[in-house]
Amino acid sequence: MKLADKTAKELQELLHSKELTIADLTKATFERMKELDPKVDAFLALNEEQATTQAAEMDQTEAGERGPLFGLPIGVKDNIVTEGLETTASSLILKGFNPIYNATVVDKLREAGMIIVGKLNMDEFAMGSSNENSYYKNTKNPWNLETVPGGSSGGSAAAVAAGEVPFSLGSDTGGSIRQPAAFCGVVGMKPTYGRVSRFGLIAYASSFDQIGPITRTVKDNALLLNAISGHDEKDSTSANVEVPDFTAALTGDIQGLRIGVPEEYFAEGVSEASKQAVKDALKVLEEKGATWEEISLPHSKYALSTYYILASSEASSNLSRFDGIRYGYRTEKAGSLLEFYMNTRSEGFGDEVKRRIMLGTYALSSGYYDAYYKKAQKVRTLIKQDFDKAFENFDVIVGPTTPTPAFKIGEIIDDPLTMYANDILTIPVNLAGVPAISVPCGFDNGLPLGLQIIGNYFDEETVYRVADAFEQATEFHKETPQTWEGAAQ
Amino acid sequence: MAKITKEEVIEVAHLARLAITDEEAVHFADQLEAITNAMELLNELDTENVEPTTHVLPLVNVMREDKSIEGLPRETVMKNVKEHEGGQVRVPTILD
Repeated sequence: MKLADKTAKELQELLHSKELTIADLTKATFERMKELDPKVDAFLALNEEQATTQAAEMDQTEAGERGPLFGLPIGVKDNIVTEGLETTASSLILKGFNPIYNATVVDKLREAGMIIVGKLNMDEFAMGSSNENSYYKNTKNPWNLETVPGGSSGGSAAAVAAGEVPFSLGSDTGGSIRQPAAFCGVVGMKPTYGRVSRFGLIAYASSFDQIGPITRTVKDNALLLNAISGHDEKDSTSANVEVPDFTAALTGDIQGLRIGVPEEYFAEGVSEASKQAVKDALKVLEEKGATWEEISLPHSKYALSTYYILASSEASSNLSRFDGIRYGYRTEKAGSLLEFYMNTRSEGFGDEVKRRIMLGTYALSSGYYDAYYKKAQKVRTLIKQDFDKAFENFDVIVGPTTPTPAFKIGEIIDDPLTMYANDILTIPVNLAGVPAISVPCGFDNGLPLGLQIIGNYFDEETVYRVADAFEQATEFHKETPQTWEGAAQ
Repeated sequence: MAKITKEEVIEVAHLARLAITDEEAVHFADQLEAITNAMELLNELDTENVEPTTHVLPLVNVMREDKSIEGLPRETVMKNVKEHEGGQVRVPTILD
């Protein structure tokens, strides 16, 4: 019996029928992680002792008291704080940091009975599109270990793709859940901004960051979003709106559904393979009863510049808290207080983080504030209006998740502009704050491609409905990477 | 086209409390210039009458009753502090 092949529902059935204990499942998960992770490098910290104790205790719980995720293992991106478990955001500046409280999502995972097995590698402070900006190590794409898994939630996507864990949490500021999900051939959801509490998420760009689930199937994804959603009084940006049961939307019925397909998402720079995979996907959705029309989101080409000005500006402010005084790395080389701050931060942050802090500081500085920051905020309004207008006539917007499949490690790391362009199709969604999912929709030279389905505010149900209908009609989610073959469990 | 000089980068780095070498300043100047030039694209748009969006959802002030609540225990808070003494954070001497 290979546990890595099972969905959440199948694992639950095994646990309910006592064919499998939670202790055995947890043990098997760590065995597989230890076998595969030396190749994939997805995990930064393992939580074996605590998880093993928790699993043994949970086996005593009556079956009737168990929710749908009870006893199931999950990995958590390393920018989400976990009490007593090292959380570094993949930065030297937080090396050895042991949070003294849990993020709200972590408390919610525990309430749902999930077992946190470890912390997942990422681009430092979630800044990056390839996972090459981690201070600690480069995560590899399980489909081809010479390619990147995408970023910044590359560890979260790679761990699920390799079958090390069936679930993980990532965070998405400009595409950081969907882009690695597309590169790794898994399902990644960025919920509506405000749907999931950000309390305990180490902030990069506060008006964009959103936590979301990464899984192998749409159903598992909906189950996990059920568990982590909801209003949180500890987060002033958390939306006080009703949370439906997202799994109830998975009816397979998309008869009469209206799909908008933005011409800008098929522009120059998007590979033929990505375009073709989406065109094929649209045929599948048409056969299921949906209709589609080409639309225009005319301000899409301004999204990249807008995002990098605003996100970097917010980052320059958020990251000012890392000063070496109360927690984290502290320099040994300081004379004055100013030198203390400057040396601590220069030694503790990596190049990409420094680049964005400086870009943000520049954009916010006197003389440039109006030309860059204020201008970008105004363009953000125009981008948001594009989506508002489209959703007057369409239920979802569909396009490729990324312009190309995963690229080789080291290929574009020294070219920030080319690297930034990787998020060109995901960034507009974060600027508007709407929900979007990436589901596997094809392959290019053996590397996965993602289909992006974008929904209206707080309409994750329709996004999931379409994603599930597509998944049911296709086999892409059943493919597994080479690293999977021959591995234990 | 904005030209970003090494001196400007050093000034911005200083504002951001980052120490950088001359060599790094030259490197960052080239990269920041390329990035800011790409951002000039926004000037194509007339945004004279457009309201800025700082946040995608309507934000409301979150108020609670004005009563004292217990904070985190001091010994817990000190767990991640590099050096502390007598319940206080210890920092390097900054005044002679």
